[in-house]
Amino acid sequence: MQTTAGEVAFHELIDADEKIEPRDWMPDGYRKTLIRQIAQHAHSEVIGMQPEANWITRAPTLQRKMTLIAKVQDEAGHGLYLYSAAETLGISRDEMQQLLHEGKQKYSSIFNYPTLSWADMGTIGWLVDGAAIVNQIALQRTSYGPYARAMVKICKEESFHARQGYSILLALSRGTDEQRAMLQDSINRWWWPALMMFGPHDSDSANTPQSIEWKIKRVTNDELRQLYIDQTVPQAHYLGCTVPDPDLDFDVETGHWSIGAINWDEFWDTVKGNGRLNRERITHKVKAWDDGAWVRDAATAYAHKQQTKLEKTA
Amino acid sequence: MNTATVTTPLARYVVRLADDNLILGQRLAEYISEAPELEEDLAIGNLSLDHIGVAMHLYEYAATLGDSSTTADKLSFLRTEREFTNVLLVEQPHAGFGDVIARQFFFSAYQTLLWEALASSADTILAGISAKALKESTYHLRHAASWVVRLGDGTDESHDRMQAAIDSLWRFTGELFESDDLCAEMVISGAGTDPAALQVPWDTKVAAVLREATLTRPTDPYQATGGRTGMHTEHLGYMLAEMQWMQRTYPDMEW
Repeated sequence: MQTTAGEVAFHELIDADEKIEPRDWMPDGYRKTLIRQIAQHAHSEVIGMQPEANWITRAPTLQRKMTLIAKVQDEAGHGLYLYSAAETLGISRDEMQQLLHEGKQKYSSIFNYPTLSWADMGTIGWLVDGAAIVNQIALQRTSYGPYARAMVKICKEESFHARQGYSILLALSRGTDEQRAMLQDSINRWWWPALMMFGPHDSDSANTPQSIEWKIKRVTNDELRQLYIDQTVPQAHYLGCTVPDPDLDFDVETGHWSIGAINWDEFWDTVKGNGRLNRERITHKVKAWDDGAWVRDAATAYAHKQQTKLEKTA
Repeated sequence: MNTATVTTPLARYVVRLADDNLILGQRLAEYISEAPELEEDLAIGNLSLDHIGVAMHLYEYAATLGDSSTTADKLSFLRTEREFTNVLLVEQPHAGFGDVIARQFFFSAYQTLLWEALASSADTILAGISAKALKESTYHLRHAASWVVRLGDGTDESHDRMQAAIDSLWRFTGELFESDDLCAEMVISGAGTDPAALQVPWDTKVAAVLREATLTRPTDPYQATGGRTGMHTEHLGYMLAEMQWMQRTYPDMEW
């Protein structure tokens, strides 16, 4: 097979650690991998609105309510931004939404877990957004330009969310016995799912080697997970809490925390659609989309009428 | 002693204004993640945040008046249905986007006029809050009115749905312009305004938008009333049960 000039240029850019831009030649596999990954990322932001919207109407103070609304709004904004980044690869937002609704594109499994107490609003900010940040900081150096730039912008807001989340938990940790119990219960429920957010072990991750070679992925799943564990365990202890892992151990020599075995059956069950709320999340999304069809149709029809009027008067 | 009360006339007036905003903000918050497209989820979130933000400022101000020992959160989370004095329009639930827009359109058309009048209140703090809120409600009205027009003059289906939403909420618009003793007292002190004076400009504005939207201005003479005296529809109790659940279940805690 002959090597084209475009292909040579692509590899030169990758080797030189420079960015691939929408008009550059790129291998089909590179394009497909990016569409899959960016769309999944966008869908995660959008589906991720649901577990938090679940507590907006019940937030305990006006200030917490407003902060939570603003956070959910940021997620909608991130979704828009990421859909735009994916659209530079030649797929439309509507197509991606359709694929999501049909289960052909995924979103982060973490959002299939239910939010069962107010403490979960803190835990999601701290553990879930915290994990997303570790992942996204690495992605700021990803080889595809529009994705890398989106990550820079999104990381700033996510850091803010993580701090807000931790502040909810700090308030609980300084509160009553009931509040501290609520806090510990929340950490118990979210700790393992948060660790699973980094994906399967490197040895079981089919996409990792090629993605590393293309510099879409700059750091492996296990490396990111370890980084996250090391920074997060002390934060849990600072809250006066434990993480639900009897095998958790600190290795003085390496300076790393080691964890017990992750329940990968639960992970794969959730990925395959049998998590706690997979069906509910998609049903909610599809219903909102279907219920809004008449509105979107009306907007299109109105715009068309206005255009026709303009043309007549021109 | 119930510390979720205010006593002075000015404080009661300010709380009344705040109640309208909190209850509408809460209704809008219910709709986040259910909008027809992501851009509208963002817009609905903005509306909700603006209304709750204004409510918080107003409650905080009311809490400083008289010898009250209340707070914005106590006023929001520890009063009963009978103690809330919002108009009935803002507590009405929505079955879909048409209702959300019709409710917002009617209310924002009223609120732009209200804030405009209150921006020159003799009470400088209320004037300041109103001037800021006027900028926000001007945007709210533009957003809602543009949807009324697009839905009214969009497809046959959207025209019918928008007309139905306008028709069903029309009976809650008259209450916006009701005067009472408290309003009269506020007019005399110079702090407040007479809502009755806002009705004609409101009607003019609303009629113009409905006309552009090819919709019919309802003529239903029946108008509901009662919100200002705590005689609500049955919807408010459920909303408060949800909104106040944390504070009622875990009293006297810091969050």
